[in-house]
Amino acid sequence: MATVVLPRSLIALFPGAERRHVVAGQSVDELLGALDGVIPGVRERLVEAGPRLRPHINVFVDGSPADLATPVPLGATVHVIPAVSGG
Amino acid sequence: MASRVLLLVGTKKGAFIMESDADRRDWRLRGPLCEGWPVHDLIVEPGSGAILAAAGSPWYGPAVWRSEDLGTTWTHSSSGLTYGDEAEAIKTIWSLAATPDGGLLAGVEPAGLFRSDDGGSTWHHVEGLTNHPTRPTWGPGLGGLILHTIIPHPTDTARTWVGISAVGVFETRDAGASWVPRNVGVRAEFNPENRFPETGQCVHKFAMAAGEPETLYQRNHCGVYRSDDGSETWQEITGELPTDFGFAMVAHPRDPATCWVIPLSTPEDGRYMPNGQAAAWRTRDRGATWTRLADGLPSRDAFLSVLREAMARDTLDPVGITFGTSTGQLWHSSDEGESWRMITDTLPEIWAVETVVLDA
Repeated sequence: MATVVLPRSLIALFPGAERRHVVAGQSVDELLGALDGVIPGVRERLVEAGPRLRPHINVFVDGSPADLATPVPLGATVHVIPAVSGG
Repeated sequence: MASRVLLLVGTKKGAFIMESDADRRDWRLRGPLCEGWPVHDLIVEPGSGAILAAAGSPWYGPAVWRSEDLGTTWTHSSSGLTYGDEAEAIKTIWSLAATPDGGLLAGVEPAGLFRSDDGGSTWHHVEGLTNHPTRPTWGPGLGGLILHTIIPHPTDTARTWVGISAVGVFETRDAGASWVPRNVGVRAEFNPENRFPETGQCVHKFAMAAGEPETLYQRNHCGVYRSDDGSETWQEITGELPTDFGFAMVAHPRDPATCWVIPLSTPEDGRYMPNGQAAAWRTRDRGATWTRLADGLPSRDAFLSVLREAMARDTLDPVGITFGTSTGQLWHSSDEGESWRMITDTLPEIWAVETVVLDA
């Protein structure tokens, strides 16, 4: 199990969704798949064709930059952070 | 009798809704909607009255947003909006249209067409267009390789037209299985080797004449055109318009001879209203002559630009015309363009305007 922390701009797209979720998965990809079961549609917002993380979405596993294939240790904290971009 | 008129406004930073009564003088603003996502197009689904927004977030990707309560609450989906894991990702959605058999069509970037038969919850790729043999030659305009205009035939469910920049107009007569380029007679001045290629024209917008599905008007990078044979051939009707260039075009809801355009200076000269003098132009004789409509618009220092989806007309009599500028102003005429008033000047960059007339 790992704790996933989502950005406010993402949960705003899913009324009622919480920022923190404890879900099961051994990789970032598996975590996002499990998260999609809790918040249907959320994976589409973070993952594009490839599949790969969308270009301006950053994921950190226990503080280290990650991609979909990155392993997630038991008890890890995974932050999803939109890039500081735009104008 | 109409009691409410809504302007659905898509901007770089969300959708907005302006509302008035049938007099169309006093407007109230709601928004930003769609969580501030950039919105390229808005339509109303016939029958349900749902508002649909074509959007793409720089962070969260493309989605079609749907509201069944006139913009108070929204859902969104991009399920099926993909060319597959091996292909280029879809950046955003540029256009939406409702089909006469209850479906929805979405035009996307990079250019392609998708269909939904469940109100926008799920989508499937209309592969016939992507598989067209000219696809490897398609090149983007300044705004990207985008499918920006979709016009379903009002009664023949097998026929649909689409416009792609900078590729041209295509038509299907077999419900999307195959497509034919429809660019005969349309100039491509930027192609020095062939001014009249099969594809490669930079269509900016086109519209169907009221009650005449074989009559189409086209606003192109290189002039304005009319087709009287369902797009098989086009005749140039640029005539006395001040420039070749512009993006926006709307057709009259009842008179097939009338449409409006907003000419802009050429790309080399800035793409704003010529000489800083704001005006829309209208033809009432299928493009034989054009009338400049500037009463109430600024006559100097108005370096305004109006993008391809940012002009709309309502269905009232006289017809109301609204255009939005890339600097956040909305200008409205409730007398078919004879006179204009600015109804807001403080929105983000406006990309789309649509009008809804609700009965009492």
